[in-house]
Amino acid sequence: MRSTLLIARRELGAYLRSMTGYVIAALVLAIDGVFFQAFVMSGADKLSSQVLSGFFEIAGGVTMVSSVFISMRLLAEERQTGTLVLLTSSPVRDSEIVVGKFLSALVFMAMITVATVYIPALIFVNGKVSFGHMAAGYVGLLLLGSASLAVGTLGSALARTQVLAAIFSGCMMAALVVCWMLGRVTERPFSDVFATIALWQKHFPPFQAGQIHLRDVFFYLALTYLGLFAATRVMEARRWR
Amino acid sequence: MIEVKGLTKYYGEHAAISDLDFSISSGEVIGFLGLNGAGKSTTLKVLGCVLLPTAGVVTVDGIDIARDPHEVRRRIGFLPDTPPLYNEMTVGRYLAFVAQLRGVPAGETAQAVAEAERKTATTEKHDELIASLSHGYRQRVGVAQALVHRPKLLILDEPTSGLDPVQIVEMRSMIRALRGAHTILLSSHILSEISQTCDRLLVIQNGKIVAQGTEQELARDMGGGGTIEVEVLGTAARAIEIARSVEGVGVARVLSESDGVATLSFAAGPDLRPRLARALVQNGVDLLRIDRGAARLESIFLQLTKDKDTRLPSGGLQ
Repeated sequence: MRSTLLIARRELGAYLRSMTGYVIAALVLAIDGVFFQAFVMSGADKLSSQVLSGFFEIAGGVTMVSSVFISMRLLAEERQTGTLVLLTSSPVRDSEIVVGKFLSALVFMAMITVATVYIPALIFVNGKVSFGHMAAGYVGLLLLGSASLAVGTLGSALARTQVLAAIFSGCMMAALVVCWMLGRVTERPFSDVFATIALWQKHFPPFQAGQIHLRDVFFYLALTYLGLFAATRVMEARRWR
Repeated sequence: MIEVKGLTKYYGEHAAISDLDFSISSGEVIGFLGLNGAGKSTTLKVLGCVLLPTAGVVTVDGIDIARDPHEVRRRIGFLPDTPPLYNEMTVGRYLAFVAQLRGVPAGETAQAVAEAERKTATTEKHDELIASLSHGYRQRVGVAQALVHRPKLLILDEPTSGLDPVQIVEMRSMIRALRGAHTILLSSHILSEISQTCDRLLVIQNGKIVAQGTEQELARDMGGGGTIEVEVLGTAARAIEIARSVEGVGVARVLSESDGVATLSFAAGPDLRPRLARALVQNGVDLLRIDRGAARLESIFLQLTKDKDTRLPSGGLQ
């Protein structure tokens, strides 16, 4: 646990000391704001809860995309620059390395997500939304971000370079997102399976609407666990090569 | 300290190292010598618990690296061929991070960092960003990270790689100063570095250990009785004619002859230098230099690694 936190703290420091970290944060916040203004605030009058739901929909999409770029450096960059050997030659388990890296990315993403709170706050002040709706939306964003970052961590473990890591993660994320389409064109039980493992379509809308279902929480946590488990296995396999 | 038996490592179908056997005692400084691609780095990565062996048994301090790599890693400090440095950190913060990662208690970290910086002469760089360091200092910080947790065994893969001559001398003396406190295994294809720093050599070629021992032992095994080198004023033919009259002096070889100075090498049995010198001087030859020309490390290395499938890369030997 001590090693995990050490790695997480160092990695978070690297995000905050690098230009890339600030560029990603700035782009996420800018896109959130611009898309919110362009797609949610435009058109016919809406209820405050609909506006808030629209914000979380946009923020959820941006979170998924940004997770690819936040996570791409985690292990691939260390492999690229030759610093991974510092960790793999230290008395640290591969799972501790993977979880430490993941935690740093999650905290960084949480910091960016928290920085978007001004938008719901404006809706809260000018309209009529419940605090519970806001909290549920943010819980959903963090869970979606966690699952997406775990998939990204796996992509980063598989790749030798950051660019490849982004491509691998992007492909896996896209496959998980479009699973719901496969669910529509296949017969049961496959349709149920595809619909269930779809990253977005089935599990995120309840959070958007201010509802927290245990099955959705479990899904995102299970996907997080699976992503990190697979990334650890990839790290272990690389010692055998 | 290290026992290696039947160590083999495959990358896919290719055996990078095959059936290595050797042992290293505590406190020794061992040079791991081989051409590029001979299998040095792979062996060191296995000993450093970065890679797992395909077959064979490796024990460090009595602990099997396959059974308890965690415990072995606590006892090892590893410097890979490229120092694993985080450019955005300062030297002090980086060393503190590594020390804690390798199990140094938080209360002792500052002392461990100060000690590592002192040993590697990087104390004045404590607050500097690693990104701003010269190549020589980066290499020193690489060594500092390897010894910051006071390991019993230091594994240094090409520690002088890319350094200028002054930095090489400094690195060499730094490694010599670490002798005693640690068992050191260092690899290189730079012969002078190995010969001046190490107690014993392991020569690896095509993934196999082809020889091991001290430089003298290898010279004796490879060079037989050795040679005598002579530098004289005048012609080589005259010196050879006189040398032939000395009993025990064998085949002569002219190494160079220019500007009235000839350098020759004579195959000789036991040390015949006094008799040969006397014969040359008494016959009116001006003797400029006479020396033991026993097989030097470079020629030993060339002989050991002579293989029809292996071509020596230009600049590979220094």
